[in-house]
Amino acid sequence: MNDTALTQLQEAFPSATCTQVIDTAVLDVQTDDLTTTLTALKENFGCDLLLDVTGIDYLTYPKPPQKERFRVVYTLRNWRDNLVVQVRTGVSNPKIGLPTASSIWESANWGERECWDQYGINFSGHPDLRRILNHVQFEGHPLRKDYPVDKRQVLMESDSLEAPLKARLASKDTGHEAMTELGTDVMFLNIGPAHPATHGAIRFAVALDGETILANVVEIGYLHRGFEKLAEKHTYNQVIPLTDRLNYCSSMMNNIAYVKAIEKFANIEITERAQFMRVVLGEFYRILDHLVCLAAAGVDVGGLTNYWYLYDEKEAAYDFISKLCGGRLMSTATRIGGMYHDFHEGWEKEMEFHLAAIEKGAGDSQGLMEKNRILQDRMQNVCRFSPEQAISFGLTGPNLRSCGVPFDLRKDAPYYNYDAFDFDIPIGSNGDVYDRFMIRYEEIKQSIRIIRQAMKMIPGGPVNVNDPQVHLPKKAQVYTKIEGLANHFKMVFEGVHVPKGEWYDGYEAANGELGFHFVSDGSGTPYKCKVRPPCFYTLGSFPAMVEGSMIADAIVNLSCLNIIGGELDR
Amino acid sequence: MALGIEASLGESVLTSKLDEIINWGRKYSLWPYVFGTACCAIEFMSTAAAQFDISRFGAEVVRYSPRQADMLMVCGTITYKQAPILHRIYHQLCEPKWVVSVGACATSGGIYDNYCTVQGIDQIIPVDVYVSGCPPRPEGILNALMDLQKQIESNSILIDPQARHKDFRGILDQ
Repeated sequence: MNDTALTQLQEAFPSATCTQVIDTAVLDVQTDDLTTTLTALKENFGCDLLLDVTGIDYLTYPKPPQKERFRVVYTLRNWRDNLVVQVRTGVSNPKIGLPTASSIWESANWGERECWDQYGINFSGHPDLRRILNHVQFEGHPLRKDYPVDKRQVLMESDSLEAPLKARLASKDTGHEAMTELGTDVMFLNIGPAHPATHGAIRFAVALDGETILANVVEIGYLHRGFEKLAEKHTYNQVIPLTDRLNYCSSMMNNIAYVKAIEKFANIEITERAQFMRVVLGEFYRILDHLVCLAAAGVDVGGLTNYWYLYDEKEAAYDFISKLCGGRLMSTATRIGGMYHDFHEGWEKEMEFHLAAIEKGAGDSQGLMEKNRILQDRMQNVCRFSPEQAISFGLTGPNLRSCGVPFDLRKDAPYYNYDAFDFDIPIGSNGDVYDRFMIRYEEIKQSIRIIRQAMKMIPGGPVNVNDPQVHLPKKAQVYTKIEGLANHFKMVFEGVHVPKGEWYDGYEAANGELGFHFVSDGSGTPYKCKVRPPCFYTLGSFPAMVEGSMIADAIVNLSCLNIIGGELDR
Repeated sequence: MALGIEASLGESVLTSKLDEIINWGRKYSLWPYVFGTACCAIEFMSTAAAQFDISRFGAEVVRYSPRQADMLMVCGTITYKQAPILHRIYHQLCEPKWVVSVGACATSGGIYDNYCTVQGIDQIIPVDVYVSGCPPRPEGILNALMDLQKQIESNSILIDPQARHKDFRGILDQ
């Protein structure tokens, strides 16, 4: 962000307090000005991507920055000019709450629902303010500071989803009333969550005319495992294993995104080698994530052969990962200030072997799929989405790019020397399921390019910062020197002390922009850690994508969006 | 030296106990219903794929209808929101049926000791084999399968399979 942007914002919103936190412009506004400010930011400042909506509860915060207990933060992005703006406002009465922003951005619909579910902050005028992550019989709001972390509430019976589905059907002009005259009726069907095509954690209910979907509602939260509440109870480094389990198909990317956000605010400059390691491993995991998506999508359209081609390469890559991290699926390989440890000897040769194998496997698979008539008929011109729709729903990553929007944080807001690499950003032309599927093959090729360049450029040296306040001292020091022992104890018990403040930082993960919004009270434990999961907003667009299509189209669309339950529900 | 029917018919027949022949058939044709919710399901995918190849144990016919399966593999975290669905699916499986709890979350809630996670699926349904690990390696899942096969060897058609769990009362059985 440049300085002129901040001045322009202050001029445009004289009644708001405008500050800069790392690269983000933060506007503190009065509740009455909220809607006008948000609208003006979208219209005049190009902030057409609403990244996230979240609440903050200052109940136990030392010297809170405002008199109200709650605050709501809207995080917006102008993707053309690399400008991130956060609009914050205090909530004097959570029951009255704030005016909704869902008429400005479609993505606010789910964002505000989550905020209501987790914090109990009302959004007046919201079209569908229901619980989203917690179940219908849940009482209270778990992310409030006075909700005990282990207060469990049993659900005896699942929600039928009948009311929201009928409400959505009634709100749409589908002409289904005429069906009764023909002696037929709308059929209601539930799919998932225990259905193979919904990959275990997503449930959707549809209203059907024959096989055509008239209305659709999606229910999530079946894998809501309380990541954000747990993070408030652990030190910063202890949260890293929890981040593995967000998007478990590319665990390392979550690790990197998480520590990158903290390092950025705490002004920790990691070593060159660690930066290159993160590039190499991040891109490698991006490939693995895409391999799983493509393999599963093939199975969902009935092509099992493809699965064996792609999954074989992923399986082989586990050998490399096991050597590096000790585990297959969960990496936990980053630490604040660097990496767990350096690469093993001879890693370059092994990496090159895997890259060549992936090139061949993915190439074979692409050859099978690309010109396959059945696949083309199933995917082309199915569930099309325009660039405007995609942005309004808050899509990011390959799903956004497949709609023709050339936005990628690695190019538009480069970190870790991404501007030094020669690579392309594949974009789609149609915004259909076929584009969402094929773009992942292309991204695999680009990631391989980046890894090969990074492997040539990677310098030697340490992978961790030499700072006892940030990183554990060497074992030799711990066992022989009192300072080393003291530092070790303080690091383990108290964690890395991050300065007091609030900030947001995004990272281009395999599924899109993975962001972390932190509130720090200056201790070694996050006061609040909110994830901006790309899947969450992607799935929010699902009803709009599939309505008017057939059931079978919805299934293939779901698998090509690559929704990962752990990240979706957290 | 052959006795009985084998003596008169030679090597063309084998005699056995009815229990043994049925158990032999059952243990090598377990059809899994994969209740995959999270990370462990990815490791089940590896178990089913070429390198670990679950079909070596006769359990490769993955069914997604509880009516067609006899081994419920719960792969992943079960939340309170998910629990009634798991409970219903368990009761839809026909007897004889077995339950494998794959991974730390299904077994005990794992690292998720909080407001939304069930602290072990044995609060909801009876479990026959537990697999440790977060997530378990494919070898762990195969080992559980072999353990289950051993358990099946001791079954008898004279014993009602439902009798094993007749005293079980979970939090949703009210």
